[in-house]
Amino acid sequence: MIPRHQQLLFGILLVASLIMGVTLWHLRERAHQRLIAGQDSAPTSAPEVAPAEEATLLVANDSDGSLLTQVRSLPLPADPGARARAVLGKLLDLYAAPDAAHPVAGGGTSVLQVFLLPAPYFGSRNLTPVGSEPGKSDAEAADTAATPQLAVVNLTGSFAASHPAGIETETLTILSICGTLHANLPRVTQVRFLVDGQPRATLAGHADLSRTYLAADAAPAEGAHP
Amino acid sequence: MVDLEAGKALQVRLKSRPILAEYGRTRGGLRLVWVIAAFVAASQLSIAQQAPQAPATPPARFVVVLDAAHGGDDTGGRLGDTQLEKTFTLAMSVRLRSLLGARGIPVVTTRESDAAVDPGKRAEIANHAQAQACISLHGSESGSGVHLYASSLAPAQPVRFAAWKTAQAAWVTRSLALEGVLNSALLEAGMSVTLGRTSLPAMDSMTCPAVAVEIAPELGPDKKVIAELDDPDYQARVATALAAALVQWRAEAHP
Repeated sequence: MIPRHQQLLFGILLVASLIMGVTLWHLRERAHQRLIAGQDSAPTSAPEVAPAEEATLLVANDSDGSLLTQVRSLPLPADPGARARAVLGKLLDLYAAPDAAHPVAGGGTSVLQVFLLPAPYFGSRNLTPVGSEPGKSDAEAADTAATPQLAVVNLTGSFAASHPAGIETETLTILSICGTLHANLPRVTQVRFLVDGQPRATLAGHADLSRTYLAADAAPAEGAHP
Repeated sequence: MVDLEAGKALQVRLKSRPILAEYGRTRGGLRLVWVIAAFVAASQLSIAQQAPQAPATPPARFVVVLDAAHGGDDTGGRLGDTQLEKTFTLAMSVRLRSLLGARGIPVVTTRESDAAVDPGKRAEIANHAQAQACISLHGSESGSGVHLYASSLAPAQPVRFAAWKTAQAAWVTRSLALEGVLNSALLEAGMSVTLGRTSLPAMDSMTCPAVAVEIAPELGPDKKVIAELDDPDYQARVATALAAALVQWRAEAHP
């Protein structure tokens, strides 16, 4: 004869097992539905094409070591980071063209990302850091129209590896990137470079890639030597 | 001679000027030996040697530092089908050193063979030489003629302790003047010259008037190559013009 309390315990365990089984089956179904929803990557709306705008490019010329201003019309995204990447992509596409005056292989895909951050300092003399203003965070300070920005340009390793070696050609590449950024995004006052996300000593054995470049210094008058 | 025996006390007392050490007793009796250890004086001398002096200070002697870029595993750029930049810069350094030696100008080189020299070490050699001109030699296939580059650092006043990566800032004005003298001499020799500013790791740490000289093939008016970099005559013309410029620079620095 089974004692009554054991019968009661068995009944409770049986009911609990049933409840847990139902709950588990229900959770499995929900997870399955989520998985199916995530895999549905079919486009539901057509990609938006940014309107064409005029972009100012500072194009290098190896024959006389100059930077020439060219205005090109190209679709530019509204986001400043994507806009900077699009402009630099166009610049490097010009350098990758067969008849380029400053031939550099790689093209527009050599720019992996352009990050825009609050510049560490307002110029070289005023050492007030961005965001140190009372009541303003770094993000708020970065959104202020007058706040200078630091652009961090992340290039591909293949671009640096295939770049022609030489003081002139490397310097022109760096200065044209800095000048183009400043011409299209005037808030960009400083530029730093990464290669495959890592700091690098030189671009191709000469020009220093570890320092911060002042974008305004890299944007000389048209046709001037850097 | 100071006799240091076991058990003898060594006392070092710091005073206002030198460090005085009392070395203890000799067998013959008590003898105090005042040794001018010159620790403080030596430190001060070392600091004074490393700190950038005001460019206006007349130097003791005229020395030129020749920095043949690259070397060892760092081959630099490829010049043509066969020549490497490191080989070309060493050849130009040897050639220019001979010309300067013949003109009575002492030369310090950063390398004499195919050896890898760190950019920091190159700057150290130049700074210890206390040179009045530091020429960094490079070669390139791109462009034409001779490219002269001074540091792109903003000019700054000399300070006692300069930051290593921007030590050249106190010398930029003099570097630009040296660049002008080199430019005049090269133009006088009939070469095309491109002037510019750049940032090179070794040059930005030098505490001397420093210019990077990048030699490219000589192009004619129709953009065709007149002289390649491996042309001995072209190398000799460039080296002669640079030597003449440095003689002129010495005349200006040591009137």
